[in-house]
Amino acid sequence: MATITVREALRDAMAEEMRRDDSVFLMGEEVAEYEGAYKVSQGLLAEFGPKRVVDTPITEAGFAGVGVGAGFMGLRPIVEFMTFNFAMQAIDQIINSAAKTRYMSGGTVGCPIVFRGPNGAASRVAAQHSQDYSSWYAHVPGLIVVAPHTAADAKGLLKSAIRSPNPVMFLENEILYGRSFDVPDDDYVIPLGVANTVRPGEDVTVVSFSRGIEYSLEAAEQLASDDISAEVIDLRTLRPLDIDAIVESVSRTNRLVTVEEGWPTAGIGSEVAAQVMDRAFDSLDAPVKRVSGADVPMPYAANLEKLTLPRVETIVEAVKAVCYR
Amino acid sequence: MPIQVLMPALSPTMTEGTLAKWLKAEGDAIEPGDIIAEVETDKATMEVEAIDEGVLGQILIAEGTEAVPINTPIAVVLAEGEDASAADTVSAPAAAPAPNGGAAAVEPEPAPAPAASPPTPAPAPSASAPPAPSRDGQRIFASPLARKMAEQAGIDLAALNGSGPHGRIVKRDIEAAVAGGGAAVPAAPAEARAPDIAPTPVTPTAPYTEVANSGMRKVIAKRLLEAKQTIPHFYLTVECEVDELLRVRKDLNARSDAYKISVNDFVVRALALALRKVPAANASWTEAATLQYNTVDISVAVAVDGGLVTPVVRNADNKGLVQISEEMKDFAERAREGKLMPEEYQGGGFSVSNLGMYGISDFAAVINPPQAGILAVGAGEQRPVVKDGALAVATMMSCTLSGDHRVIDGAVGAELLGAFKGLIEDPLTMLL
Repeated sequence: MATITVREALRDAMAEEMRRDDSVFLMGEEVAEYEGAYKVSQGLLAEFGPKRVVDTPITEAGFAGVGVGAGFMGLRPIVEFMTFNFAMQAIDQIINSAAKTRYMSGGTVGCPIVFRGPNGAASRVAAQHSQDYSSWYAHVPGLIVVAPHTAADAKGLLKSAIRSPNPVMFLENEILYGRSFDVPDDDYVIPLGVANTVRPGEDVTVVSFSRGIEYSLEAAEQLASDDISAEVIDLRTLRPLDIDAIVESVSRTNRLVTVEEGWPTAGIGSEVAAQVMDRAFDSLDAPVKRVSGADVPMPYAANLEKLTLPRVETIVEAVKAVCYR
Repeated sequence: MPIQVLMPALSPTMTEGTLAKWLKAEGDAIEPGDIIAEVETDKATMEVEAIDEGVLGQILIAEGTEAVPINTPIAVVLAEGEDASAADTVSAPAAAPAPNGGAAAVEPEPAPAPAASPPTPAPAPSASAPPAPSRDGQRIFASPLARKMAEQAGIDLAALNGSGPHGRIVKRDIEAAVAGGGAAVPAAPAEARAPDIAPTPVTPTAPYTEVANSGMRKVIAKRLLEAKQTIPHFYLTVECEVDELLRVRKDLNARSDAYKISVNDFVVRALALALRKVPAANASWTEAATLQYNTVDISVAVAVDGGLVTPVVRNADNKGLVQISEEMKDFAERAREGKLMPEEYQGGGFSVSNLGMYGISDFAAVINPPQAGILAVGAGEQRPVVKDGALAVATMMSCTLSGDHRVIDGAVGAELLGAFKGLIEDPLTMLL
């Protein structure tokens, strides 16, 4: 068991898969010579050469389209977006080409591609560069959407994503890149579509993903001192959603709080709430409560940015509300 | 501001009622507490009290209108000095029956609803969804989990106070009720799982007179159908020799004019004491658990015009014959007048039905859910009996127990009847 950062875990996952399969290659802005705008692709150019680690022009629609075409023709591209904010330029390639072609070709043309990069708010990059696309992509049939929290999950899930025969949106988080976690030494993968209970509890289920897990775990710790036992579930994959794991937990705790950085309307929490109501209505002792980013464009001011994102206090408050405390 | 008077919910199960009678006329001054109308519910006639002070400005629902849904505006009360035309600002909902006659006199404009047209029946509440639980006509708020837990534990939500926001009943309230035990009361019987048998359409082939089904008739029909369809009835009959009981009764009644104890009063007391001895029979079935009652409350069937009601002699095992007799007399009188209060005929853990006074020798009764048993008492009559190998004449009374086999097994039923027979045949032991 080694302790490494999420940044290193992602690099290791790509390197291992590129060694394992010649058809895997990485392309994107600054991924080769500069070794990644956030230094995720360190050492890859040196090991795999410019044919498999490709710097692209600043043209998201262009290189995303090239990647999708490579996927159609049997390669396994990893397309890095410097951030997912810029992937809006390429969203037509992602949704109309990558996600739908297997369906529209009657199953004859698939696209085994991974689109990855940092998603959501970082720190003081304001409204246009702080957006969380989790629910955008989770909305689309044909896409798999992954948003890991730990280094071990990032590595195991990225390896599964690269091996997947279908397009995967791999949503990373800039703040988490520098966080360190224990990662198993052996060669492992983590299946897509399986949630992970990161803290067992009895009184309330807190469902989150990505950086939301940080706040949720800290909130759970505070709640424990108030004698409220919170179970924290890391979704890890947003589509397909592991609703069985959530329903199983809610059937024990009878209460549910969802936590995400994205906006509340039609968010991941909204979807979880709707499915839990559908599947576990009789288990609920309180309405499902969503904790989300505020329903505004991200402010630039540091104090306002902090208030816009979910915080430990807002999660604690929501949990107490559903526990009638 | 004119104030609407709404059709009140006078019992927890009431969804609609008949506006039997107006006791105030339009233009009468009313004070809070005044009885302004009488409403017939499924079992009784109840009085509607005024809450506000003012003048009865307009009657919206004519006397005699049936099936008025609760919360339908039935009248408008005007404050002092308000003109009757102010009543116009309060419009009766379209669903309500059109006002009859008098309304037109109050309105300066021609009444939109022709006074001559017959009252439009209000749409019946949809039968597709079970009604939300309610208390005093107010919807009870409970979490989905709390509802499920209450149903499984056989707890009536109306008996609980919710600790959640706005009085919502939540998990911990049910847990407290289950732990407390005392708060648990028999749940209203679950919606009967009607088998998928379409009722045979009734096509009369002979001349007939149509008799409208009263609220009581409909309740009797629904509950007894449910009982026969969902409760596995079984029957045990015991013959009781009542010569000694009749002698004791005569003796007791001769001692004072202050009371007149009936055979049925002895039966109620004997059954109560027998149930105290055999508590397994004083119980109700629920899917989660069999609920054994801590008190012995006996429902006594009383025939009334157009049906029957079952007022409850509560704690009957702790009451003497005179007290039981007085209660029954009062119940019977008021039942015939339709003046029993809901709390007087709701609940009860076991029933008695006595047709002896009609000369019926023996019969089997239908269980009154959610109870698990009913004792059907026949007439005391002289019959030949064999005593010590010789033919003799004794006054015999046949009593048949109908038991819910989910709760009462044959042996338990026999034990109950054995205890009952012992008390009836040796009435002095009722003193013990």
